[in-house]
Amino acid sequence: MSSIAAMTVSPREAERYEEKEFGFWLYLMSDAVIFALLFATYLIMVGNTAGGPTPKDVFSLERAAAETALLLLSSTTFGIAAVSLSAGERMKVLLWLAITFLLGAGFIVLEIGEFAGMIAEGARPQRSGFLSSFFTLVGTHGLHVSVGLIWILVMFGQVLFKGLTAPVASRFMRLGLFWHFLDIIWVVIFSVVYLPGLL
Amino acid sequence: MGSVDIFGRLTIDSLPFYSLIAASGAGVTVLGGLSVVGVITYLGAWRLVLFEWLSSLDHKKIGIMYVMLALVMLVRGFVDAAMMRSQQAIALNSEGYLPPGHFDQVFSSHGTIMIFFMAMPFLSGLVNLIMPQQIGSRDVAFPFMNAVSLWLTTAGAVLVLISLVIGKFSTAGWSGYPPYSGVEFTPGVGVDYWVWAVFISGIGTTMSGINFLVTIVKCRAPGMTMFRLPLFTWTIFVTAILMIFAFPALTVATAMLMLDRTLDMHFFTNGMGGNMMNYINLFWLWGHPEVYILILPAFGVFSEVVAVFSQKRLFGYLSLVLATMAIGLLSFTVWLHHFFTMGSSARVNSFFGTMTTIISVPTGVKVFDWLLTMYRGRIIFKPPMLFTIGFLVTFCIGGLSGVLLALPPIDYMMHNTTFLIAHFHNMIIPGVLFGYLAGYMFWFPKAFGFKLNEKWGTRAFWCWIIGFYVAFMPLYLLGLLGMPRRMEHYEIASWQPHLIVAAFGAFIIMLGMICLGVQLWVSIRDREQALDLTGDPWNGRSLEWATSSPAAPYNFAVLPKVEGLDAWWTMKQTGVAYQRPEKYEDIVMPKNTFVGPVIGGAGFAFGFAMIWWIWWLALLSLAVIACGLIVRASNDNDECVMTASEVKAIEDARFAQLAKAPKNEMADDPGFAGEPMQEPAT
Repeated sequence: MSSIAAMTVSPREAERYEEKEFGFWLYLMSDAVIFALLFATYLIMVGNTAGGPTPKDVFSLERAAAETALLLLSSTTFGIAAVSLSAGERMKVLLWLAITFLLGAGFIVLEIGEFAGMIAEGARPQRSGFLSSFFTLVGTHGLHVSVGLIWILVMFGQVLFKGLTAPVASRFMRLGLFWHFLDIIWVVIFSVVYLPGLL
Repeated sequence: MGSVDIFGRLTIDSLPFYSLIAASGAGVTVLGGLSVVGVITYLGAWRLVLFEWLSSLDHKKIGIMYVMLALVMLVRGFVDAAMMRSQQAIALNSEGYLPPGHFDQVFSSHGTIMIFFMAMPFLSGLVNLIMPQQIGSRDVAFPFMNAVSLWLTTAGAVLVLISLVIGKFSTAGWSGYPPYSGVEFTPGVGVDYWVWAVFISGIGTTMSGINFLVTIVKCRAPGMTMFRLPLFTWTIFVTAILMIFAFPALTVATAMLMLDRTLDMHFFTNGMGGNMMNYINLFWLWGHPEVYILILPAFGVFSEVVAVFSQKRLFGYLSLVLATMAIGLLSFTVWLHHFFTMGSSARVNSFFGTMTTIISVPTGVKVFDWLLTMYRGRIIFKPPMLFTIGFLVTFCIGGLSGVLLALPPIDYMMHNTTFLIAHFHNMIIPGVLFGYLAGYMFWFPKAFGFKLNEKWGTRAFWCWIIGFYVAFMPLYLLGLLGMPRRMEHYEIASWQPHLIVAAFGAFIIMLGMICLGVQLWVSIRDREQALDLTGDPWNGRSLEWATSSPAAPYNFAVLPKVEGLDAWWTMKQTGVAYQRPEKYEDIVMPKNTFVGPVIGGAGFAFGFAMIWWIWWLALLSLAVIACGLIVRASNDNDECVMTASEVKAIEDARFAQLAKAPKNEMADDPGFAGEPMQEPAT
């Protein structure tokens, strides 16, 4: 919270931001349980293909690698935006937020393309238990990223119109937690869903 | 259906004119809603209701609204129970008066309402009202999120109520097991009503858990260390952790069931690679911690009540705290005992059977602590204390039948019989409901400034406890006779006498419900005779009794300085209670906002739209929720300042009232053991 400490906030405000950050961590832990259960469900259903496509038939390492690259890169660019925020450089924050948004949007576009391609080949979520759990797990992550994108837009607007005020910086830090959290979830998806499916 | 279906699958045939009973239930629901609107209009109270209550972010008002919701749903859930008991009393070799499909809806809604929309709001209400005051805080950590939790819970409750009027409710029981709850065997909207009501209110509860935990960890008054927290707050601490980590399992289980039902997926279907046992695991992975989410706060209430009305410090504070934590931890290790018969290996079953019997150890520790608190105490038999003693006796019987069921070989005999029904009602009615009713009568003066009538409270207690034994002891016997749960009619004549006795028990409980209603009415009518002028009507021990009754919007004009366990008692001993501060300061308060109720309303509309496949409405309500959140998140001016002079005016009035009040409101009570005095250091 160095960026906020640098601004002049009353002790009461600083306490409020700390409470919010702690609360947000608790939310992330709760969300992590949701993902843990989705992973567990995927793992017990991955063999339930009901005579339909198997993981090997539907996953593409190239596409998964490209998605991974975009998302990991977007975490890096968000980090640069956070550093710029600490330095108080508003234009840089806006620039790096915009780049983060584009990378995240690129990820979503690739993912939608992946889903559409699978559905076109008949690998629909309705086809088997395996595909239901795949689409739900990866789709839930994608839904989170989409919410994150909307949040980035809102954040962009707030930095633009309100400037780097203490409340804006506090929200920015929580957006960062959210964005990096999704990155970690994706790394697990890549290692639990795509890699074993293809190797 | 060529044209655009703007109402999805909702048609005029969804109205309940097919059956007299369904139509009258719907009529009562609609009339109930209209009469609330009518009464508010008649009293000209819309401005008050809208601007002082519905839009309020004050934790005390939110708490009161939660409890009101819980009491309304208690009545509805009890009507369901009475219908089941009367049906089974007459349905030997006959259809009774409820057709099977309707009977199934009644037992499904009874369980759903009592767990999700009676017990949970009651719990959140008591926590909201009391916990911030117990820790010496001015509010919960996130007042706005608190309002959103309330309105999402309300949205779920309204969905259940509406299902009586438009369409039908689930017939799949309160636990909604697939494959029966899947679309293949149960098409129609019933299970969808259940799924969405539970899902939406569950999200609200997760947020409540986060809110309560942050409040306890971050918002305590100076000197209020963790091991000075009153026991009620300790139980909320553990409950909040359980809410945060257990409710996601319910969210996931219900979300997958709705994906199966709405998008034709195959999580829990019979074929196509579905795995229905996964649902049952996920459901009880939430469901067992949920049992402790419900009962731990009630344990907290009993711990407060037993100390105050034994006029003695709580026995074994540390052991109670540790037992609470142990129960919280163990609650995640026993879920499989709900389905020993599902076919896990003997080793798996023995593990969960063993863990289940172990959980009775910390619970036993608590029972002994409460007993030893009463030992050599000067007990005053006020209604909350009666409920506590009734709980202690009855809960032990339920616990013993629970230890029986924890043994897998015995469970194989009892599974899905009325023995199980008797067991869990034996835990939940004395354990949870008596606890909440004790809390309701204990803390009512704190909420409204006058005490509840004790005569009617005592009558309610005796009706409840006698009615409970008469209604549920026969079910133990029936379970041993082999009667399965959820029977709409039966052919075995030897069951009927027990069922008639049980129905009579339900009648006695109904008298208890009536006593509760009369108590409220009589107390409001005669409130001038039972005013709580000091804010400390029972000679209390913890900080919520340091505020005025009802508490000022800011609770504490000056944050209290906590010097030890039983903070308020200590302050009374050392003479710093009721001291006037030299000067007051400005206090920052959250502004009221309608965004909370708007999000709740949109949550209701979203659930309704998803149940009836009205896709445009679903999108619209999601957009409203998103806009509400964005507007709220962009508002940096959501607080207002109560100036020192305003605070002083409120406090001056309070001290004027205190000057006229008796020094100790309990002093006239025959059992009064004396003022708090300096005790020798221990």
